[in-house]
Amino acid sequence: MNQLTTSSAGTLESGDIMVQISPSTEAGLHIDLNSTVAYQFGEQIKKVVSETLTEMGVTTADVKVIDKGALDCTIRARVTAAAVRATGKDVWKD
Amino acid sequence: MNTYKERAGLIEQAAKACNTTVYKEKEVPNKDLTPRTTSLTKSSKVMSLEDAIRHTGLKDGMTISFHHHFRGGDKVVNLVVDKLAQMGYKNLHLAASSLIDVHEPLIEHIKNGVISKISTSGLRGELGRQVSLGLMKEPVIFRSHGNRGAAIASGELHIDVAFIGASSSDPMGNACGYSRYPTAKSICGSLGYALPDAQHADHVVILTDDLVPYPNNPKSISELNVEAVVEVESVGDASKISSGAIRDTKNPRDILLAQTAAKVVENSGYFEDGFSIQTGSGGASLAVVKFIRQSMIDRNIKASFALGGITAHMVKMHEEGLIERLIDVQSFDKVAAESLMNDRKHKEASSIEYAAYNEPSAATRMLDIVILSALEVDVNFNVNVLVGSDGIIRGAIGGHPDTAADSALSIIVCPLLRGRIPCVVNEVTTLITPGSGVDVVVTEYGIAVNPRRPEIAERLTKAGLNVVDIHDLAARAQKIIGDAAPLPFGDKVVGVVLNRDGSVLDVIKNIVEPTN
Repeated sequence: MNQLTTSSAGTLESGDIMVQISPSTEAGLHIDLNSTVAYQFGEQIKKVVSETLTEMGVTTADVKVIDKGALDCTIRARVTAAAVRATGKDVWKD
Repeated sequence: MNTYKERAGLIEQAAKACNTTVYKEKEVPNKDLTPRTTSLTKSSKVMSLEDAIRHTGLKDGMTISFHHHFRGGDKVVNLVVDKLAQMGYKNLHLAASSLIDVHEPLIEHIKNGVISKISTSGLRGELGRQVSLGLMKEPVIFRSHGNRGAAIASGELHIDVAFIGASSSDPMGNACGYSRYPTAKSICGSLGYALPDAQHADHVVILTDDLVPYPNNPKSISELNVEAVVEVESVGDASKISSGAIRDTKNPRDILLAQTAAKVVENSGYFEDGFSIQTGSGGASLAVVKFIRQSMIDRNIKASFALGGITAHMVKMHEEGLIERLIDVQSFDKVAAESLMNDRKHKEASSIEYAAYNEPSAATRMLDIVILSALEVDVNFNVNVLVGSDGIIRGAIGGHPDTAADSALSIIVCPLLRGRIPCVVNEVTTLITPGSGVDVVVTEYGIAVNPRRPEIAERLTKAGLNVVDIHDLAARAQKIIGDAAPLPFGDKVVGVVLNRDGSVLDVIKNIVEPTN
């Protein structure tokens, strides 16, 4: 679980979120969040992103997140898709 | 005998009685003998912007005013304020009918002290954000269009110098928002928001990009009110009027909302021959007229007038004979502006005639139905159209509270959520239109009717529409988005919202951006 390819998922449309995952030299998840609803939901978004990645076994990565007001379900879907592309591990198939 | 000479004594007596002098013929009569064809294009009022500013006697600390009929295409505010900055003016009070994204350069003029106070209907874009973050020492004063007109007329908002952009003016200052000459460069149609300024400001400067020969008739603004006429390259770009908040929507959710609102109109009890209607800015509310058109044809119903905020859709329905007359305080697109120029039944109205609370004949009082948008509606039917759910000023009051309070039926059209931002909430971020004037709220998850209007709820239910409790809508929104953290408001008041009668309705606090 240490070979990550830089990958992304999502769009910049309103109500969507764009997630980019790249390898990190430092241990841990480094989430860089830019959100239109940062004041009210910034912490919640970071929580959903890190939970979703941890569940998929990604614990060390640079994660760039540009959020346009996505709901939690959308955030999980986009993070999962980005992680599948980054790890090559297809969670839907397995 | 009764000759002129013999009447001299009586003439002198009459002069004394009238407290005036006796006429004396001049030795050299000062009759102007030049052919008038050469003087129709000249006047001592025509001068450079800098001379015009000096001519008005503008001083530091005074109030200057502008209209926003060109909306996103406006070029006058930035041009004039740049010039005032160059000339070294400080501490001016800028009283605009509204300010939009295009007025972002004002931020620098606020920082360097040229502008120290703002009165407006709204703020958008970076200017709104900076003001929310505490850019200004004095809070911005927000007024509805009706209240601005009333406040100018009463002297509560005293304007020293009005700078009015006009699409044509003759050298004497007869001006309007279109030009009938082949030299026409711009068009904005109605000058409704500038008419109170023209009438009541101490000094009026017309800026025009089409200086036409005298007489520029018919006109909106009379030469009697104008002191200086300044020819400029451009006063505005008409193609940018219909942008931002008043664009034509293609969003499928907006269209669904508009279709539902049209059904509310048709079953409200006010959809009768001779009814009157207005639509506010916002894609969904503007689109409603498209959908009531067919019902008007089917049921042989004609509207006596449409008020607004006139759009191309309304002009089309007027030309089809479905709307008898158009009352236009602001032309929302080029088609509407051209119709105002060409159609005698399409009339310009000042913001006072449109919506002043203390004007018994204000057009809003003759209005049956108004369809409006909202950033937020709360469970008490209060509406916010000015401050975003992130606490940042990003809208405008416009005529929202005026039309809601005065119409027989006000309908708010808004989605339940915009992204993760709820539009139906427990309490609005800022109170703009009190719920006492709001009758129906249309969302894609159901229609809420103010309990004050049980007869409307009954009619809509009978028509098979999905009438729901507004508390259920708020709860549903809350459930979808999850728990929001409180907004990082500071302790500084950055905005004061006036009610349409001039009383203070609410204040807006600054937002403290978290430092990362």
